[in-house]
Amino acid sequence: MAARGPGRVSVLLPTYNERDNLPLVVWLLVRTFSDSGIDFEIIIIDDGSPDGTQEVAQQLEKIYGSDKILFLCPSGTAYIHGMKYATGDFIVIMDADLSHHVRLHVFYSATQKEGNFDIVSGTRYKGNGGVYGWDLKRKLISRGANFLTQVLLRPGASDLTGSFRLYRKEVLQKLMEKCVSKGYVFQMEMIVRARQLGFTVGEVPISFVDRVYGESKLGGNEIVSFLKGLLTLFATT
Amino acid sequence: MTKLAQWLCGLALLGSAWAALALAPPGLQPPAPLRQALLPLPVYLLVAFGCYSLATVGYRLATFNDCEEAAAELQEHIRAARDDLRRRGLRL
Repeated sequence: MAARGPGRVSVLLPTYNERDNLPLVVWLLVRTFSDSGIDFEIIIIDDGSPDGTQEVAQQLEKIYGSDKILFLCPSGTAYIHGMKYATGDFIVIMDADLSHHVRLHVFYSATQKEGNFDIVSGTRYKGNGGVYGWDLKRKLISRGANFLTQVLLRPGASDLTGSFRLYRKEVLQKLMEKCVSKGYVFQMEMIVRARQLGFTVGEVPISFVDRVYGESKLGGNEIVSFLKGLLTLFATT
Repeated sequence: MTKLAQWLCGLALLGSAWAALALAPPGLQPPAPLRQALLPLPVYLLVAFGCYSLATVGYRLATFNDCEEAAAELQEHIRAARDDLRRRGLRL
């Protein structure tokens, strides 16, 4: 598909059981993009959510038009599938659970133009970036894990596990070919490989508003799998 | 070169330099004060790194921003979004 106009942004939103949050995220994105005059489209990729997310996505497509909202069921990885349909020059990847404060992506586009970065990554650790809803223990784990990552991988970016990023489309395509991990280790691998391939990474402070932390505690399993992923990246990149 | 390979190379270089100087046979030993400082050096460096790590993580923990405004703003946005979407015909 040919890109439409310079600077169109495609937002990829993989969802699973986000019936309540999805319309809010979409509404916020539509409003923020419209207010700042950025051409956009939102691609919702739902992997068979049982809670009615798909119906909501279809309703949103009707309300806003399928020029702006596209709803897909993924075959294979959500991102790869979504990218096939994306018509923008830039791709934003973010969470659909309202944890990323949506108004901030506007800064992305601005930074994109200022520094001409290949990737703009949201960071919770620099500037006035931060979190809301985390207790001391959660913050300590986050900072400790990040410190370990910085020491071992020297990635040149302050926040590797945050998942609010904007990529140039061709950069994301190249990275998706090269990266082999899954989940948030995949997010880490993308930045590390991007630096290796000589792509430039800019950073923008973001607010991470955690509304689900109470329900999904960071358990021992998650920590172990993070360490495994980190060591794998350490040994293979 | 992977990060692991870089670390191993670096450690091998430093390790062999240290071993050559600190564990040299009697004929080739550097002067006594130097040897005394050199022998426990790896342990000193490890401890120093440990202290640096604790201090850094502690500092970063203490200065971790709490985004009160962002959370409050988000609540407002959610309210506005719900109202507008209802008007546009979305069944929540």
